[in-house]
Amino acid sequence: MTGLFLINILLALAWGAVTGSFAEVNLLFGFLLGTMALYLIREQAGSDRYLRRFWLIFVLAMTFVYELVLSAVRVASIVLRPKIELKPGIIAYPLTVDRDFEITMLANLITLTPGTLSVDVSDDRSTLYIHCIDVPDKQATIDDIKNSFERKILEAFR
Amino acid sequence: MTPFLEIAVGLVLVIGSAFSLIATLGLLRLKDVYMRMHAGSKAGTLGSGLMLIALAVHTGEVDVLTRALAGVVFFLLTAPVAAHLLAKASYEVGYRPCSDTHIDEMGKRDT
Repeated sequence: MTGLFLINILLALAWGAVTGSFAEVNLLFGFLLGTMALYLIREQAGSDRYLRRFWLIFVLAMTFVYELVLSAVRVASIVLRPKIELKPGIIAYPLTVDRDFEITMLANLITLTPGTLSVDVSDDRSTLYIHCIDVPDKQATIDDIKNSFERKILEAFR
Repeated sequence: MTPFLEIAVGLVLVIGSAFSLIATLGLLRLKDVYMRMHAGSKAGTLGSGLMLIALAVHTGEVDVLTRALAGVVFFLLTAPVAAHLLAKASYEVGYRPCSDTHIDEMGKRDT
């Protein structure tokens, strides 16, 4: 996995050397070419999983940006309402992911999504405390996070 | 730079500043520190991110573009962490959520 990534970088550098230019754009192009080369030999080098993971991380990053835009619009609509009537609350979210960096990532994603903000992790790393700006139904919020982000993180890093 | 691009850059700048303004309004209008954090961390991040991207497109140079993109990435990485730490710290020192808050499962733990 890491090995293939290094090979990909090496291929990008080789492309830079061959074309005689180490400009950022050219190196990026070389990196893409290297990825394509790895795709061609995917059955021999086992780069299938590597490319798939690349794609999943890309999807995760795009989800991140999309949710950020969505949540900013939602916050904007709440703030601009003439009368603010909300039911905020702090809920306990049972974690499925257990590695530290996965929890960090999930917490960050939660903070950037509509109406939720991670406040704390319990000491045994099994519960995440989330502040919701408007939570009429606690279970619905939990299911929502379970089915979107946590699943995506599990897919990308397991 | 083509007129079309200039109009696009102007639009993105206006939208970005509008979100920053909304983040500020949110700080004034929402009721407690946790709800204000929502406004600051989301609308604020998107606002500054959009303005950085508009700047990068406006100059049209690769080195400015990479720096602006790095700025956006760092905004995305740091804003949630900062909001989370502020919320955690305020909870630890005993700042309770406002009276509208109808669930507080953090209050129930190990006390």
